[in-house]
Amino acid sequence: MDSFARGNPPGTPDAPEVYLDNSATTPPLPEVVRAMLTVLQEEYGNPSSLHRRGRMAAQILRYSRQSVADLLRVDPDEIVFTSGGTEANNLALRGVAELAAGSHRFVHDRPHLITTAIEHPSILEPARYLEQHGWDVTYLPVDREGLIDVDQLAAACRPTTVLVSTMWVNNEIGSIQPLDEIGATLRRLREEYRAADRAASSGSEVRAYPYWHVDAVQAVGKLVVEPLRLGIDLLTVSGHKIHGPKGVGALFIRKGVRIAPLLLGGGQEEGLRSGTENLPGIAGMGEACHLARGLLATLPAQLWTLRERLWQGIAAAIPQAYRHGPSDPSRVAPHILSVGFPGTKGEVLVRYLSDRGVATATGSACHSRNPSPSHVLTAIHLPPAEAEGTLRFSLSIQNTAEQVDRTVKVLKEAVAEVRELAGWRSA
Amino acid sequence: MEKLQRAWRRVILVRYGEIALKGKNRSDFEQQLARQIEATVTSLAQGQTGGSASVTEPMPVLAAVERTYGRIFVTPRRAEDLSLVLSALQYVPGLVSFSPAVRVPLGEPHGADSLPAIQDAAWELVQEALATEALPPTPWRLTGPPPRTFKVAARRSYKRFPLTSLELNQEVGAELLRRGIGLPVDVHQPDLTVSIEVREEGAYISVLEIPGPGGLPVGSSGRAVLLLSGGIDSPVAGWMALRRGVELTALHFESYPFTSEEALRKVEDLCRVMARYAGGRLVLRVCHFTEVQKAIQLRCPEQLRITILRRMMFRVAEQIAEQEGAAALCTGENIGQVASQTLESLRAIEMVTLLPVLRPLAGFDKDETVRQAQQLGTFDISIRPFEDCCTIFAPVHPRTRPQPEEVSKAEAALDVNGLVRQAVAQTDRREIAAYWPALAPNPPVPTRGQP
Repeated sequence: MDSFARGNPPGTPDAPEVYLDNSATTPPLPEVVRAMLTVLQEEYGNPSSLHRRGRMAAQILRYSRQSVADLLRVDPDEIVFTSGGTEANNLALRGVAELAAGSHRFVHDRPHLITTAIEHPSILEPARYLEQHGWDVTYLPVDREGLIDVDQLAAACRPTTVLVSTMWVNNEIGSIQPLDEIGATLRRLREEYRAADRAASSGSEVRAYPYWHVDAVQAVGKLVVEPLRLGIDLLTVSGHKIHGPKGVGALFIRKGVRIAPLLLGGGQEEGLRSGTENLPGIAGMGEACHLARGLLATLPAQLWTLRERLWQGIAAAIPQAYRHGPSDPSRVAPHILSVGFPGTKGEVLVRYLSDRGVATATGSACHSRNPSPSHVLTAIHLPPAEAEGTLRFSLSIQNTAEQVDRTVKVLKEAVAEVRELAGWRSA
Repeated sequence: MEKLQRAWRRVILVRYGEIALKGKNRSDFEQQLARQIEATVTSLAQGQTGGSASVTEPMPVLAAVERTYGRIFVTPRRAEDLSLVLSALQYVPGLVSFSPAVRVPLGEPHGADSLPAIQDAAWELVQEALATEALPPTPWRLTGPPPRTFKVAARRSYKRFPLTSLELNQEVGAELLRRGIGLPVDVHQPDLTVSIEVREEGAYISVLEIPGPGGLPVGSSGRAVLLLSGGIDSPVAGWMALRRGVELTALHFESYPFTSEEALRKVEDLCRVMARYAGGRLVLRVCHFTEVQKAIQLRCPEQLRITILRRMMFRVAEQIAEQEGAAALCTGENIGQVASQTLESLRAIEMVTLLPVLRPLAGFDKDETVRQAQQLGTFDISIRPFEDCCTIFAPVHPRTRPQPEEVSKAEAALDVNGLVRQAVAQTDRREIAAYWPALAPNPPVPTRGQP
């Protein structure tokens, strides 16, 4: 046997690989690949060119933008394509921050950002960056289920708050933040601040702050994501989490929201994202959004059934396994299941399962090579020893009941073996 | 053109130790050293071109290695390869030191007319050695504090050369003073020594001396199997064995899926560094050891597990040694550092093999090992954090003084032979080519004026 060239077995006709790591990335659907191939091989024009090929490329860009906008039920002009979720999150935070910091409001006061303790690093790191550059940042804690307390949000908000950034679905434990309540709270506070401004007759400038940004990377395609209905100002989408390609994402920017670009150059994307458009990626993402919109009526229920089947299977087969995340089903994403297996190590289980054709993850893929415990599991007050024994299963349209059953079977063996070797006794 | 021709006269004069060797031994030793020099130069050159990592593909020989009695001369085929060859020589165990030198062919009759050429060469080298910082560094410049005194040290092994050593000293020394070397002569403890060796094939003049690793050429002392864990100690132990001329086969035990692929990559990277001292390549055997670990974990008492684990490793290593034609095992074990390294523990472990077990670090303190690992370039690799993924196998209270009888009794619960046979069968083999960092043009080489 060759242990040097070990990887996930590609799967055999008898037992194809079970891919349960769809929160890390999803396999591109065949239609997506076809759309991309067409652009790569035939429609290689630059959308800025004036000739026929350029106009063709511009049309593909337009259609793709329309398709993303349709999925979110927003105007195509409100969509800016980026290189992915990370860039969209950075653009939202740093783009809003740059313009706000220049406002006369903040000559004396430090601008303020509110976010949560369980955000993706592409939010937390820009937040830390702003903190180092004169911003006050509040990181809202979450409860054991991974949900913020809206009263705490209201209490944290102040007249200097420029931006509130909350994720829609947490990528590690699947918790869904109470966006309705957050939106209502922010609307109310904004009104109060405006009234105060008017009373002080300080504003020739009409206050729009605090803006509200939502990282919806894990929500799009699995839940109905319509930012305008909730009063969201900015919203992040990623291509490769919805069976599109890697290297492309989008930021929804509501009309009227002012934001500065990160990249300067040829002025593409209305000047908000210079650089020749990644047209193959954008076409792929457009196709993926189109497909996602068609599936949205049935997919959530389908995923939910699979998730329940997986959890019931695990609960029946493996003693003392327990779920992380909210107990209220309306507060959990249908595709993410995070399970603790006391007496094990997540990364050992991942490798064990991988050798038997099942792809899973510890907390999240970003953490899998980092030996310190996940910040999300720490934020929900899980002791490090328990966090270590956590696996995340994330489902997609391509998973089946049979795959789920096979996973439970392999998982049962894996957990039993690791526990036996570790000398673990059930309490 | 003139510069090129000048460079062509340059050779590297190699000194090696252990002169007590005589007769056939000596010739074998020299042959092995020459082979290792060639292999190391080739490997470094391959590393520089970013060329194929393949160790089988032949590479044009970059330097001619000539053996003459008591000396080895290395002549780069092209002038521009000189600094590359000098860099490579620092990685060849068996070399005590080496000096970039100028060869002056002896004119007829027997070199009587060669004195002016020898004086010119000596002056040329002295100038280069004393060149100021303003000039780009060359391998010919002396590093370290500027010398305050000098002498000429001539040796005439070709007795038909008309001047005696003493006369040659005087003639060359006087000429250097006349041309303005600007240093007084001190024949007892000079800072700078201009060495002249008159041999039948020519006179060799050199000023600088570059220290080599010392020891014996790899391959002159047979082969050992090195138990390579990925920690700080075992690569240093391996390097010390290499330096004593012991060729190595590295053996790593992995417990996938309980250890990660990164841990294996770490071991490969360690081999890539150690291979620099082994003529550019090292054989790595990787034993899939999970089944053995599981069996021990499930059937043996906790306090003895680590002792039994080491015994199983030694048993496998002995078999691998037989496959590889190795006559010894080599480990990074120390005395008393951890519970498994008390003398009682070492005894209980070593009992399972008839092979000698080399433990070059037995006399080292931890900080000495760390310093050596840093010098060797393995430290930063060894401290990568992937090793501790295996904590489920770590016993809480290992027995510090295990008795051989209780260990044998505990082992009775295992199918020792079967497990060893299975582990040996699941041992991969691969050759690891050395990794060489890119050389700066004319990298500075640590030098000193010859004593």
